[in-house]
Amino acid sequence: MGDWNPIRLWRSILALPNESRTKTIAVAFLVSIICAAMVTGATVILRPIQAQNRAMEQQARLETLLAEIPGLSEILANSEGSALSTVVVDLRRAEASTEVTPATLETAMADTANWTELSPQEDIAGLGSRADLKQIYLLRGPDDGVKLAILPISGTGYGGPIEAMIAIGDNMTTVSALAIMSHSETPGLGARIDEPAWRQQFVGKPIADETGTPRLSVARGRATTEFEVDAITGATRTNNAITRMLQFWLGPRGYGPTLDAIRRGDF
Amino acid sequence: MKLWTTLTEPILRQNPVTLQILGICSALAVTTTLAAAITMSLCLTAVLVAASGIISTIRKHLPSSIRLIVQIIIVASLVIVVDQILQAFFFEMSQRLSVYVSLIATNCVVLGRTESFALHNKPLSSMTDALGNGLGYSLILIIIGSVRELFGHGTLLGYSVLPTVEQGGWFEPLPLMLLAPSAFFLLGGLVWLIRSLMPKQVETPEHKLVPAEEVPG
Repeated sequence: MGDWNPIRLWRSILALPNESRTKTIAVAFLVSIICAAMVTGATVILRPIQAQNRAMEQQARLETLLAEIPGLSEILANSEGSALSTVVVDLRRAEASTEVTPATLETAMADTANWTELSPQEDIAGLGSRADLKQIYLLRGPDDGVKLAILPISGTGYGGPIEAMIAIGDNMTTVSALAIMSHSETPGLGARIDEPAWRQQFVGKPIADETGTPRLSVARGRATTEFEVDAITGATRTNNAITRMLQFWLGPRGYGPTLDAIRRGDF
Repeated sequence: MKLWTTLTEPILRQNPVTLQILGICSALAVTTTLAAAITMSLCLTAVLVAASGIISTIRKHLPSSIRLIVQIIIVASLVIVVDQILQAFFFEMSQRLSVYVSLIATNCVVLGRTESFALHNKPLSSMTDALGNGLGYSLILIIIGSVRELFGHGTLLGYSVLPTVEQGGWFEPLPLMLLAPSAFFLLGGLVWLIRSLMPKQVETPEHKLVPAEEVPG
């Protein structure tokens, strides 16, 4: 050894018999390095475009949700351009977070202290642990009172996680719209939760009874009470997942206390 | 001339899906719409051609003890790159294909071709063979994708072909077409059709059924 001229070194490696240990290690090493560089390069170069795509998709879905809310355009027109405000809410204290802003939310969520472990009884939506900080959208009327709250909700469906947004208005008592942000349910069956005709059923449904218990749910078959919507045929597990998701997030461990606070006028 | 045979042979006569029954997992999963089937076909063909080219180039210096893992690393890296490109430039489609693009790495067609062809042939003919196999796979995916989209949604590439009842037409979509079993039925039918037209493809049965013995009494 002692000859470290790269070209001669390269040739001497190539000249080695294929089964020699040195060549095996050299080939494995070179292939790994080249592949690692290729993958890293693609990821790093394309990441900004991907992040932009994701943000645009969220924005587009939020806009669809807003477009489906009846009478929203009038509220927006009356409120003199006061658009939607984004608030990070701390679910532990049911108030707007003072330290965390939407811009720093992602960093804050990386901290496990901002997650609450859920016991199996509480965890009806199949979340495992709940994020304590949630970014919600509030729409204020001319008197500065909150007219509409748009809340992100999530749960475990039949094929994977379901992410949705629910808009609650009318003094935080009824649903104004429901939008499914992402899901992986069976096409043609559970995936029908994303169809406008099905989601429209939620509009105007009261979320809770007089005692404040969340009652909004997907029926088994046809809706029979004022709190229910028709089920999707052949998608029992998806229907149940939506029900559990709504009950969890509108309940005491979800946005229940926050909605109470909004009703009291704390926001 | 030989290259032309290498290219056209796998399209019908040596089709990787219908003759060798390879890569049917993705053929079932991504064929609910024609657009998804076409995207998947393009991704697979691109990965297959690139992997065959690279592996064929380094084939003389590939120690046989680590041959398989090196091939898998190359295929998997190419798949990640293709997946990242899809996520950046065809975001909506990548959302619909979800994990199935990443699963090209485990598609038997890819490893089957690199292992049995690219390891023993020059880069040009390996890439031609890869392209032919990619096209053969694409052909089957596109056929199944078209049938499933046409009868499941009444559309082709999103354009309405059979007006559905919901839109005031006459066609009642068949939800079965959107579920995985329908792809099995269609694939089975296709294999049957091709083997009836080309009896050479029929496999000789490996086992013979023993005639049932008469039970006395």
